[in-house]
Amino acid sequence: MLTIDKQNENHFLLIHVSGEADASSSIHLDKAIRDAMDEGMPQILIDCTNLNYISSAGLGVFMSYIEEINQKSISFIIFGLSEKVLKVFGILGLDQLLTIKKDKEEAIETLNAV
Amino acid sequence: MPYSFNIPSSKNQLRLMRKYVTEVLADHHVSEIETNMMVLAVDEVCANIIIHGHAGKDFEKVSLSIDFKTEGVQFEIIDYGHAFDIVNYEEPIIGELIKNKNKGGIGIMLVKKIMDSIEFQSTQNKNVLRLFKKVTFED
Repeated sequence: MLTIDKQNENHFLLIHVSGEADASSSIHLDKAIRDAMDEGMPQILIDCTNLNYISSAGLGVFMSYIEEINQKSISFIIFGLSEKVLKVFGILGLDQLLTIKKDKEEAIETLNAV
Repeated sequence: MPYSFNIPSSKNQLRLMRKYVTEVLADHHVSEIETNMMVLAVDEVCANIIIHGHAGKDFEKVSLSIDFKTEGVQFEIIDYGHAFDIVNYEEPIIGELIKNKNKGGIGIMLVKKIMDSIEFQSTQNKNVLRLFKKVTFED
């Protein structure tokens, strides 16, 4: 089960991702990010505080947007990863190719510094 | 005696397998981080079997057994679908996947990074995959 909630804050879009992003559910994460990209959102924050599990299907969703994020200079920041989920991002080095911050506060600081 | 579990051959039921493996490893005092890594590796191979080996046929049987050795944990996954030899599978290059905006292609890479040894045998219609991970059991 994966629950996605979207929230428009002052100048950015916040996507809350809760539950487990696996082979069957990651399609919902993909749709949420795709929609945000298609709407031309320049600043997207992904709140993973309640993301308990991620498999290659979920990682693959994030991986597939790296190129577009860079090409369009989108501020795309993931925050709130638990230690075990962060370790999974680290297996293939995706933690170095995506912007990952500890919490919402740090994520917003990063946005403001741009 | 190894632990055994019959995996429902449907990808939206994989969470049941993950719950089972998590509980078994917790009973053996494996840390949360290592548990999650092994659950992930088993999840990847099972998802692969269900999606590719069984081509969406939900009734095909996949069985998992977990055996605790002195130095670690062995997982054995048996299925009867199309054989997929992950040992000799040529992995894609991650930089290429990123450039091509691929969403797939990293599952087997994760399994190979996580596990310390992988063996695959296919005889007639039966495929046996053994994954071993060295583990320091907590007191």
